[in-house]
Amino acid sequence: MKIQLEHVADLARGAAILGTGGGGDPYLGALMLRQALQDHGPVDLIDVTSLADSDFAVPFAMMGAPTVLVEKIPNGNEMGAALNAMERLHNEKARAILCAEIGGLNALLPIVLAARAGLPIVDGDGMGRAFPQLQMVTYHIYGVPAAPMVMTDEYSNTVTFQCASSLDVERLGRQVVVAMGGSSNICLYPMHGADAKRSIVRSTLSLALGLGRTIRESRRSSGDPFGALLGYLRTTPYYQHCRVLFEGKTVDLLRETKAGWALGQVVVEGTGDCRGRRLEVQFQNEHLIAREGSQVRAVVPDLIALLDSATAEPITTEALKYGQRIKVLGISAAPIMRSEAALAVFGPQAFGLDHPFTPVEILNP
Amino acid sequence: MREPCRIGVDVGGTNTDAVLLRGRSILASHKAPTSADVGTGIVQAIGDVLGRAQIPSRDLAGVMIGTTHFTNAFVEAKHLSRVGVIRLGAPATLSIRPFADWPAHLLDLVGGAAQIVSGGFNYDGRPIGHLDPEELRRIARDFRGRGISAVAISSVFAPVNATQEVEAAQVIQEEIPDVHLTLSHQLGRIGLIERENAAIMNSALLGMAERVVSSFRKALAELGITAPFFVSQNDGTLLSPDSVIRFPVLTFASGPTNSMRGAAFLSNLTDALVMDIGGTTTDVGALVNGFPRESSIAVDIGGVRTNFRMPDLLSIGLGGGSLVVDDGRRVQIGPRSVGFRILSEALVFGGNQLTATDIAVSAGYADIGDRDRVKNLDKRLVARAVDEIHRLAEEALDRMKTSATQAKVVLVGGGSALINRQLAGAAEVIVPTQAGVANAIGAAIAQVSGEVDRIFSYEKLGRAQALEDARTEARSNAVAAGAEPTSVNIVDTEELPLQYLPGGAVRVRVKAVGDLALAGAA
Repeated sequence: MKIQLEHVADLARGAAILGTGGGGDPYLGALMLRQALQDHGPVDLIDVTSLADSDFAVPFAMMGAPTVLVEKIPNGNEMGAALNAMERLHNEKARAILCAEIGGLNALLPIVLAARAGLPIVDGDGMGRAFPQLQMVTYHIYGVPAAPMVMTDEYSNTVTFQCASSLDVERLGRQVVVAMGGSSNICLYPMHGADAKRSIVRSTLSLALGLGRTIRESRRSSGDPFGALLGYLRTTPYYQHCRVLFEGKTVDLLRETKAGWALGQVVVEGTGDCRGRRLEVQFQNEHLIAREGSQVRAVVPDLIALLDSATAEPITTEALKYGQRIKVLGISAAPIMRSEAALAVFGPQAFGLDHPFTPVEILNP
Repeated sequence: MREPCRIGVDVGGTNTDAVLLRGRSILASHKAPTSADVGTGIVQAIGDVLGRAQIPSRDLAGVMIGTTHFTNAFVEAKHLSRVGVIRLGAPATLSIRPFADWPAHLLDLVGGAAQIVSGGFNYDGRPIGHLDPEELRRIARDFRGRGISAVAISSVFAPVNATQEVEAAQVIQEEIPDVHLTLSHQLGRIGLIERENAAIMNSALLGMAERVVSSFRKALAELGITAPFFVSQNDGTLLSPDSVIRFPVLTFASGPTNSMRGAAFLSNLTDALVMDIGGTTTDVGALVNGFPRESSIAVDIGGVRTNFRMPDLLSIGLGGGSLVVDDGRRVQIGPRSVGFRILSEALVFGGNQLTATDIAVSAGYADIGDRDRVKNLDKRLVARAVDEIHRLAEEALDRMKTSATQAKVVLVGGGSALINRQLAGAAEVIVPTQAGVANAIGAAIAQVSGEVDRIFSYEKLGRAQALEDARTEARSNAVAAGAEPTSVNIVDTEELPLQYLPGGAVRVRVKAVGDLALAGAA
């Protein structure tokens, strides 16, 4: 299929849900994508299986603070500059662009690059959601090196990272982002079709589109966005185990910043069927764990999404405040993200939680 | 020396209300339909309250006016000027052009001319690009040649460093001497697109603002009033006429704020839930420190996204005109309503629609219209409907509460007669007298404020020093806006750490508020 103007709003809303509280507000990404589609025409959305094993494909993302991005918006050329630099390093032309992260803003930006470069975008990503660090992707887990990484700024100043490990790419990259003004464009995990087929979380762009479309259509027809949302998720290959874990309003909110991370927790006091109960959701940019007393209801990498209880509009951790009426959704992560190798990188222990990973469908039979 | 008198006027879409206050006493109030010619309605309302209280106009120390003029101009797309936009940000920001998400009908009126030029700053104050005055001159001449006399200038991270916006403004003013100009930093807040939209909206209203303010001036002169007048803004504080002429967007959505501030005044409470029950809907909001709790969501005005702070309101379809339908299993109240036609369509007014007001009259606790017309209603239906009305109100209160503790609840608005019981979750339900003119009272008692919204480096300054700097600046902004210095208090401090960035960069938002420094009448 082709990604066109009419898909942008659905895609943005779906990506915000999959952002599980982080990933940045997709609104600006949606505006950038609209302008790119207007100026350069629609983008082919292709299945990863349609790549030849030898086709060169390059993931794109922005790295840095969403609060900077809402001021210093990219110009678009720096995205192409990053791609061109990567092509020169590999001495190979890219055949397609890949998403690194389907949650939030970074779901939309690779499509902006694809539109500008006249390349197709592959249906899938490396997270199946949002995560805060560069090595927290299935590309890394399944053996694709992050390096070389290319980073550019609005002047197309270009820095190349040749690093021993994906962790070093993350650590050194973070420093250069600051020097570039807090927000940079990156191409990394360059790979070929064979690697992509092995390591990608498949079909997540279509899923984000479907999520957004479901909410939009249900608001117009049934007026029951949650019923429609759960109905849709159950038809999907990864997210079929989904539950409304809790319904209530936010009554307490703790935030602190440590080493650039937005850490904190929100306490939700039950209303309706949940009256008399309390749920705590802990976050580090994204939601990590939802607990009721000592009982864990869902834990990373499964998805924990906070949505407005009337409209099903997703709420990011930055927009959280006292007194919001919300529903908390627990959604199963893709099987490729629940393997032992994957859990070692973005399972509960990677975030300092002592609870072992337990699938949301087992925690909530 | 006696305490000075002040008048509050609320010019709504339906009614123009006025109240006359001396200190905290309400000397007179007035409610009448809004006139087509707004000035006449204001003259009548003010003349009426002065006459009834027998206060000579020279005893007035101030007149405060709340108005929906500017909001409606945008919502109805009327009286707007075409705006030329200059964004200082290149080479950054080119991927989203100005007016990117504007609805077509507003774009036709306001849009058409926008340029992104070299300029802007990084979050740490380093420039992204330098200004090119010659380029700005060329653009200004082009605007002028196309008959554009309203201009909005935005710059990346202008809240951190506004110098480029100010420099660019000087160049534009040299080329277009009578330009209507808005600089985005004057409207605060981080978020380039939203701030730029606010600046564009403001410039589009500047021509109209001059006309509205001069019609207010004329109305007051006609009454021989020489006291200063002010216009209320959406945070419950006041703008001077000069500020309204420069920043009309700040009046957006001041109506609900005035109503809640009026409720606070009438009930002597600073922290409470306010329930404003009208004919069709009930708005519930929360007072915190005497001001409405604000919504954190981006607000669309007429379909344009901005980052104004608006009161956080929950609206439900319960009002005096709500239709009552019994399907046998449950009684449904609203959301359909006869609205302003209640005076002809409700049973107690001789109509044939069963409304929530009819239920309250039939149950015996409200005295509205002709009681005899509802005396034969089924007693069980009435009892169940009364239960449902109170259940809806209780649910709305519960959704707005932020803790399980019991909150005090203030009822205002014409529909407040629907409630006659203690409400679950409410420590106390207060129905003040004069609740019908809470809006005008809110305007009359409005204070003045000063704000700061900027990124501070906690590593460089330390948290305590950064917060102290922000608070000092907010206080001096409040005094500059007309506050009596000794009355200024910090009412809100918010810290939002910047994610994904080491270095302790924190966005700090502080608001200071004080009483308006009024000259006491002789």
